[in-house]
Amino acid sequence: MLNMKDISITFNEGTLDEKKALQHINLEMQKGDFVTVIGSNGAGKSTLMNMVSGSLKPDIGTVKINDKNVTMLPEYKRSRMIGRVFQDPMAGTAPTMTIEENLAMAYARNKKRTLKAGVSKKRKKLFKEHLETLHLGLENRLNAKVGLLSGGERQALSLLMATFTEPNILLLDEHTAALDPSRAELITNLTGEVVEQFGLTTLMVTHNMQQALDLGNRLIMMDKGQIILEVSGQEKQELTIEKLLHEFQRIRGTQMENDRAILG
Amino acid sequence: MDVEKERKFIMSFDSFFISTFGAVESGIIYALMALGVYLSFRILDFPDLTVDGSFVTGGAVAAISIVNGVPPVLATIYAVLAGFLAGVVTGILNTKGKINPLLSGILMMIALYSINLRIMGKPNVSLLNESTMFNQVEGFWAALGIDDFLNNMITSMGIGILPQTWAIVIIMIVVTLAIKFITDYFLKTEVGLALRATGDNEKMIRSFSANTDILTIVGLGISNALVALSGALIAQQGGFTDVSMGIGMIVIGLASVIIGEALFGTKTIARTTLAVIGGAIVYRWVLAMALKVEFLETGDAKLITSVIVIVALVTPKIIASSKEANRKRKKRAMLSSREEGNSA
Repeated sequence: MLNMKDISITFNEGTLDEKKALQHINLEMQKGDFVTVIGSNGAGKSTLMNMVSGSLKPDIGTVKINDKNVTMLPEYKRSRMIGRVFQDPMAGTAPTMTIEENLAMAYARNKKRTLKAGVSKKRKKLFKEHLETLHLGLENRLNAKVGLLSGGERQALSLLMATFTEPNILLLDEHTAALDPSRAELITNLTGEVVEQFGLTTLMVTHNMQQALDLGNRLIMMDKGQIILEVSGQEKQELTIEKLLHEFQRIRGTQMENDRAILG
Repeated sequence: MDVEKERKFIMSFDSFFISTFGAVESGIIYALMALGVYLSFRILDFPDLTVDGSFVTGGAVAAISIVNGVPPVLATIYAVLAGFLAGVVTGILNTKGKINPLLSGILMMIALYSINLRIMGKPNVSLLNESTMFNQVEGFWAALGIDDFLNNMITSMGIGILPQTWAIVIIMIVVTLAIKFITDYFLKTEVGLALRATGDNEKMIRSFSANTDILTIVGLGISNALVALSGALIAQQGGFTDVSMGIGMIVIGLASVIIGEALFGTKTIARTTLAVIGGAIVYRWVLAMALKVEFLETGDAKLITSVIVIVALVTPKIIASSKEANRKRKKRAMLSSREEGNSA
């Protein structure tokens, strides 16, 4: 489904601020794979995500989705195949527009936008059915402006908008990091549900190790622009935070520097 | 003495009516320009100064076409296309040239000043003895007898001065409302929703496969097409196009949008577009009334416009903060009286 081959990118090349953000990354994801990505700040997690979404283009290497080379495809074209939820709950929705209008925009993701009404009766019914699965009562507030919703509600809506058109690939960019613990748990649970419901191929970046262990069938750990650890299947089931930290120390010879990664 | 007083009152009431009529008549035409400004300023969140130029472009293209024998309707369509093109260029400067929105608009505005002079070949073109969209329909209009009916009605209300024709005002109400409804519908289509999202949250709508560059370019095109339409109609109503008639047009557009939103509300898109049209008329009316004040003259219009915009921007904030201060004062008074009650 997703195939990244030998991806490298360097920011500010040739200056004092030069940073090798990704170095020779290889990542292959099969249909239905749910990969969680952990690593400290600056490890290259977000850069990896932006490589897939197309908001960044690699210096070298290729990105293939569904065996199609998309390396040079602009972000907006690529997003026909990709659903995305951002860290900032404000980022994934349009605040001055209503819930149903937001869903209508998401609904058009993999279609050609036309001069037909965005919200039809039929679609309204569909939107309602999907909103019901969130159990937040949003199905009764179709005409409410999204800017009036709480952060948790907005993030749940973003998650629905990114997933209900069943994208080839779902990107989750620390999408619970800006929420309070109870809301974060709600979104984490919802994520597990929708990914399973639609069988989505998912790449999730997180600071929260527990979340990375709870969700998904594969886990990768990144550091300094490289993938330093890959775990999957049974081995991932048995993984604990202690084991992960121990692994990091074994590979890198230093302690993991970021407290947030542990406590998150 | 009494008779004199009464005569004066009738005079002033007459002139009040006729200047109100004039304000509505031109306001409803300027409303199209205000709708254009609403599209760029509010929907796309793009403060587009192209307006000062594209308004004249509309007038210039229409005037020069009419003078050269093009049927007025076709001339007006040319004007709309020219305005669209101007907006498209501004959009390209911003999205492809990565020039900031304000500067893209200013560059285009300045460039259009020369282009408009080129189009007209001289600083102004008169349409006085030409057929325009309005005087073309006047014959047909007179046959309908609506003018007689309405004039009889206002005469019976005791008004002495009668408007020359009701044709422009009534036709323009129909045209402007039709364009309003088309705009409302468009903003609810799939493309329209993406256009609104481009102004609201560009990153988000790009992640839903919308080409925000194209949307910005087309949005500015439509916006300036409306502005140019307004310019073309104002030229035909006034009987001339002048290269400097667009100066300050963006501020007038903003004034209309801001006044309309403050007075009539922004609950839905349909409500807001109606509010913008209302705002354009109210602006013209306030300006007409202000110019009636003895020591103000026509040249002060721009100053008055600025003052109107400043008042429209500041007043709602002052009202809101004084309400808030009132609420706090009441709350404090209530608490302290309760405390006194407790201690007594």
